Amino acid sequence: MSATTVMLCGVGGQGTILAADLLAKVAAASGLEVKLSEVHGMAQRGGSVDTVVRFGDEVHSPVTDPGCVDHLVAFEIIEAMRRIHFVKPDGRLLVNNRTIQPLPVLTGDVAPQHGLEAALEAEGAIFVDAEVLACRAGSPKSANVVLMGALSTGLPFEVSTWTRIIAARVPPKTVESNLRAFELGREACMKGECGL
Amino acid sequence: MGRVLLSGNEAVAQGAWEAGATVGVGYPGTPSTQALEHFATLPGVHAEWAPNEKVALEVAAGASFAGARSLVTMKHVGLNVAADPLFTIAYTGVRGGLVIFVADDPGMHSSQNEQDSHNYAAFARVPMLDPSDSAEALAFTKRAFEISEQFDVPVLVRSVVRLSHAKSLVETGARIDPPPVGPLKPDPAKWVMMPAMARCRRADLDTRMEKLSAFAATTDLNRAEYRDAALGVVCSGVCYQHVREALPDASVLKLGLTFPLSVDLIDQFASRVDRLIVVEEADAYLERSLRALGVQVSPSGLPVAGEITPGAIRSAMGLPAPVLREKDHTLPPRPPLMCPGCPHRPVFHALRKIKAVVTGDIGCYTLGALKPLAAMDTCVCMGASVGMAHGAELAGGVDGRPIIGVIGDSTFAHSGITGLLNTVYNGGGGTIAILDNRITAMTGHQGNPVDGITLQGRTVRELDLEALCRTLGVTRVRTVDPHDLSATENALREETSVEDLSVLIFRAPCALLVKDKGSPYAVDEDACTACGACIRLGCPAIGKDERTGKATIDVALCVGCSQCVQVCRFDAIVHTGPACDLGEV
Ligand SMILES: Cc1ncc(C[n+]2csc(CCOP(=O)(O)OP(=O)(O)O)c2C)c(N)n1
Repeated sequence: MSATTVMLCGVGGQGTILAADLLAKVAAASGLEVKLSEVHGMAQRGGSVDTVVRFGDEVHSPVTDPGCVDHLVAFEIIEAMRRIHFVKPDGRLLVNNRTIQPLPVLTGDVAPQHGLEAALEAEGAIFVDAEVLACRAGSPKSANVVLMGALSTGLPFEVSTWTRIIAARVPPKTVESNLRAFELGREACMKGECGL
Repeated sequence: MGRVLLSGNEAVAQGAWEAGATVGVGYPGTPSTQALEHFATLPGVHAEWAPNEKVALEVAAGASFAGARSLVTMKHVGLNVAADPLFTIAYTGVRGGLVIFVADDPGMHSSQNEQDSHNYAAFARVPMLDPSDSAEALAFTKRAFEISEQFDVPVLVRSVVRLSHAKSLVETGARIDPPPVGPLKPDPAKWVMMPAMARCRRADLDTRMEKLSAFAATTDLNRAEYRDAALGVVCSGVCYQHVREALPDASVLKLGLTFPLSVDLIDQFASRVDRLIVVEEADAYLERSLRALGVQVSPSGLPVAGEITPGAIRSAMGLPAPVLREKDHTLPPRPPLMCPGCPHRPVFHALRKIKAVVTGDIGCYTLGALKPLAAMDTCVCMGASVGMAHGAELAGGVDGRPIIGVIGDSTFAHSGITGLLNTVYNGGGGTIAILDNRITAMTGHQGNPVDGITLQGRTVRELDLEALCRTLGVTRVRTVDPHDLSATENALREETSVEDLSVLIFRAPCALLVKDKGSPYAVDEDACTACGACIRLGCPAIGKDERTGKATIDVALCVGCSQCVQVCRFDAIVHTGPACDLGEV
């Protein structure tokens, strides 16, 4: 299996790092080589962040380039658009249906962008209401796990591996809600509820 | 023991632990921080944060002198601070293995410069190992301890963001008992670096370096991989992984030991390839070194500044680029920002109001330089705020505006104290604001001497900042709650209106440390006049309605700190009761 590249992007503090960690562990538990690369520090304070997970029989570089991403999982709409050129023409684009306006827009220094949803849809984006599903699962903080559920439908890993890794990684009190979040993300994607 | 997914930082810690290191000292700095944090969790070790990197290296040198294997961790700029002991510890050598882990930041994701630590290895003449993934980070760190003891030198292990904060699978092993170093005997010729002894040790260092160069020719830390002879690439560290990804058919000389280099090894590789290039980041250390050794190096065409990716290598080699979707160039930027409820915010809000000249420093509060607060004029290196404020005063000031140095608690302990001592000693005036948020926030919440939180949870006494400043000779020392906006502004106005040197300690915990969030506020639309006063706080929870220009508050982000309530002259920011349930959105 040649290397698959997944990019997770969003706003610092949205939980991309935990989600990437789950994915990397699932790939490793499935017997593949895996590399993950993320950026800590300044950007984690509400800046634009991304994490790359690459897995396959052989993986060299932990980073990726424009035009090389198989799956983009965007936790936020503007950040999805910011990375659009990273996604392969036949790549998969999963977008959390949420906009977080950056500070220059909040302060009125920069005009807000309209029509990003339509532009992303034209790029083939699949939208997921991750926050809503997370609340339904019983934990508003599990939106990142909802998105992993949605992502999982396009990856060759067993559901049982995902659930085992999630259960071992999240705080004990939240195992049930996180597993439910994963399942809701998965179902939504499979039923096409989150689709176009 | 099975393979586990470890970051490069964790793997370095694991390697040091397996090598039997019992002492770990460092100062936080992205991307190095988790190395010592992870080491601290392993059994049988003594790990601590030092106030700065120089002290960290000196503590580790003492541990090495007394026979322990010890690990020191820091980011690249930390090595500037630790450079003084580094150069002379190269002379003295070690007893217990001494390994200095230094993490560079090509691309400057979280740093003020992009210096390449390889140059320190060559300058101080300290061997340097360059692991390329987590498995090597573990293995090389173990080897570094052996090399340190075998050749009687401290050893640098270099990382970059894409190693430190990359994860890959690692086979962990058991901890060893390092070979005993023998009883400590007085040995001033080795340990007391007065000129007469230092001259001998300098000659001895030359001998040790010769032995290391011979070692470089044969060690398996370096590896020639012969494939297609048309192109040979010399590289080290993570760049090796990028090269393998981009140029799978190229021959590669992978250097695990990047100082000292072996002429023979490189000559041999060069003789077996038609064209030789170097792939490296942020500086041309290897390329310059190879040229100095007389090796013919072809230009790689890669940029010197910034990070390298496989795509950058392919494009420099003229290989076809992938088909791209069109990039959107019109998106609003998303700079990092102070969190909702951050206690730093009101200080910058007031500094802007009083039109202060602000010599700044490094930490979360550096974000005060960004709009809309935009109230910081300089940021150079840790501690610089204090000296620069004094210097600006010596130059006759700036248009009669108040001059204020702004520095965080951890940064003050790191290198602000000597600056303040200098201002007192030389009779300087001005005002220093210490933003004591009870933690080293920027690097991910490490303890420091000011808050008295230690890495392994030992109970210690926290520093009495007020008493320290008074003892240094500052007579005007005041403590202010920054969440009280008028107190903050008044204190700044009062202290800057007197000639004497003053210190204002703004003390309130980092918003991320506050567990009990206040209930969120909302905007009373009828009362809001769209004056924009609250917007100018730059709180990410407050936005401006596109249509009406009135303020809006995002209940999911608001932590109820009330800073905005205090700037609203129309009582338009009010409590709405309990936080909304996101589930109803
Ligand atoms: C010599 C050096 N060491 C380490 C760092 C990394 N670093 C940047 S800011 C900072 C500490 C910030 O803590 P503090 O001053 O308490 O401010 P806060 O982030 O809490 O606001 C550190 C360790 C650096 N830039 N330079």
